[in-house]
Amino acid sequence: MTIITERSKTTTTKAEQALRMYRQMLAIRLFEERVNDLYTRALMPGLAHLYIGEEAVAVGVCEALHKDDYITSTHRGHGHCLAKGASPDRMFAELLGKEAGYCRGKGGSMHIADPATGNLGANAIVAGSVGIATGAAFAAQRLGNGRVAVCFFGEGALGQGSLYEVMNLAQLFKLPVIYVCENNLYTEYTHFSETTAGEILNRATAFGLEAAMVDGQDVRAVHEAGSRLIERARRGEGPGFLLANTYRYTGHHVGDIAREYYRPKAEEQEWKMDRDPIKNLTKWLLEQKLADSVQLSAMESELTAEMDKAVEFAVTAPYPSPEEVEQDVYA
Amino acid sequence: MPEVAQREVTFAQAIREALAEEMRRDATVCILGEDVAEAGTPFKVLSGLVEEFGKDRVLDTPISEAGFTGMAVGAAMTGLRPVVDIMFGDFITLTMDQMVNQAAKVHYMSGGRWKVPMVMRTTLGATRRSAAQHSQSLHAWFSHVPGLKVVLPSTPYDAKGLLKTAIRDENPVVFFEDKMMYKLKGPVPTEEYTIPLGVADIKREGNDITLVATSSMVQVALGASTLLEKAGISAEVIDPRTTWPLDEKTLIDSAKKTSRVIVIDEGYGRYGVTAEIASVIAEGAFYDLDAPVKRMGAMHVPIPFSPPLEDATVPTENSVFEAARALCNRN
Repeated sequence: MTIITERSKTTTTKAEQALRMYRQMLAIRLFEERVNDLYTRALMPGLAHLYIGEEAVAVGVCEALHKDDYITSTHRGHGHCLAKGASPDRMFAELLGKEAGYCRGKGGSMHIADPATGNLGANAIVAGSVGIATGAAFAAQRLGNGRVAVCFFGEGALGQGSLYEVMNLAQLFKLPVIYVCENNLYTEYTHFSETTAGEILNRATAFGLEAAMVDGQDVRAVHEAGSRLIERARRGEGPGFLLANTYRYTGHHVGDIAREYYRPKAEEQEWKMDRDPIKNLTKWLLEQKLADSVQLSAMESELTAEMDKAVEFAVTAPYPSPEEVEQDVYA
Repeated sequence: MPEVAQREVTFAQAIREALAEEMRRDATVCILGEDVAEAGTPFKVLSGLVEEFGKDRVLDTPISEAGFTGMAVGAAMTGLRPVVDIMFGDFITLTMDQMVNQAAKVHYMSGGRWKVPMVMRTTLGATRRSAAQHSQSLHAWFSHVPGLKVVLPSTPYDAKGLLKTAIRDENPVVFFEDKMMYKLKGPVPTEEYTIPLGVADIKREGNDITLVATSSMVQVALGASTLLEKAGISAEVIDPRTTWPLDEKTLIDSAKKTSRVIVIDEGYGRYGVTAEIASVIAEGAFYDLDAPVKRMGAMHVPIPFSPPLEDATVPTENSVFEAARALCNRN
């Protein structure tokens, strides 16, 4: 089953592209709402880190990528994986530890990986994938296959030294890699201003990377800024750094409910009411007469039905058989 | 070893030949590390490679072990076969997240969908007067981790054959070279050959006691066996050659034959390689043993600088000889 429509890069109008991004963002929102539901009903083991509120970053950037381009993702990675083309049914199956999941149940929520969509894997070590993304860009350059790699990470990864090691290497070797920093303001339960000295962009420009900052709640702006950095990297002009300012609507993980000790409810309400990426795009689509409300609600109904079907698929899918525990330790 | 081997080369040259042959055979093999190109490493092991293969395939990196090891993981996932050079084995500590959390787990976490065919070459061994941060033998650390393979060559012949196999392996392989052995000469045929990982080698046949020795300790064990022969004790010297996969059968068979075993490894004994091998032998040959399995390794101290202190920390021909005589009740 493929809910996320495969993109044809050759024919696309502005309207088609905006609607495709709308659909992707909505799909991620509906997916994550179901993750929350599965988790709170104790159907999902482990941990669930929701991407709700940040959809425009993954969607805007991945809209500018080709299917065989690479991404690396994070513990908050469902949005990146879906935006890069993963199917919700196999995603849900992985989240529930089922054999039909992308990793045959061995990875779970924090480790979705899929060669078919260029997804090198979500990573549960903060900044753990910065080397992998940079290495994929290195291989793409050496093999001359024209691919680029996008490394998604949260602003918490700015605290890891390995990020600065690879940005230095990427610039020295002029690698086609784009580091996308999603600043959702909170490093777990701590405001980023308490953990981050100086200006974030300066950390990239110090190495000579092409750096840009964008409103991460505006998918069209993310796409435009992302496209510029991606195409520049693809032309061999070197790595880029995109800082997307965004917001995590929910807790660090499902279950992080009492949040007032680290952020006020009014702040959450403000982002949800005034800066929601889906609402903002809806408004723009209607204003520009690129879609009407009937069309948009039909899309929502269709996606809702497909997501429910995907959940059903995962819930009823079998677990891996016990002998699989020792499989795939070595290739 | 074939009867026809006549040409003698040094351990360093054997390593260099293995790399050069594999780089000629496979254009995706490349080398990343500090001072690996024109300098050919401080040990001059790689001299001449950049002249033949160019700077695109023999790349000098910044002093960023985590960064370039991480890059190698990503590059290995996406079509290259990188060989990273970690100058001193002590510096593997800087690569631990990339090797343990990333390289070792990518294949399993992705349900077998991604693989990481990379090699990390590094060194071990004390008595070079390099003090505590340039003298450790930390191969046990990687041997502990599922998903990694660990190779410990002890002769030029083994070094060449095992390295060629390691480069062709589909998994991350860590290859430890004894720094003190680079100038050791031994027979290496001109014809191509490889040695499988996981096959121990009987370096010397004997009947009274088995000396299981790794890497730098193989020559020590062979020297001790010559002294033992003069004392009327016939020692068998077994070199596992890889700590994982481990050739348990050859170890157990030899223990059953001789009924007495000393395990000698330059790493720390505490929770170390000698502990694992002693356990394998105790479980597999318990009813055939005439004495407890004895272990000899580095003393449990940071490696000191002062020569008489440093020399006291590692097993020697004499200390192995004395321990073997005692175990055979021939004091």
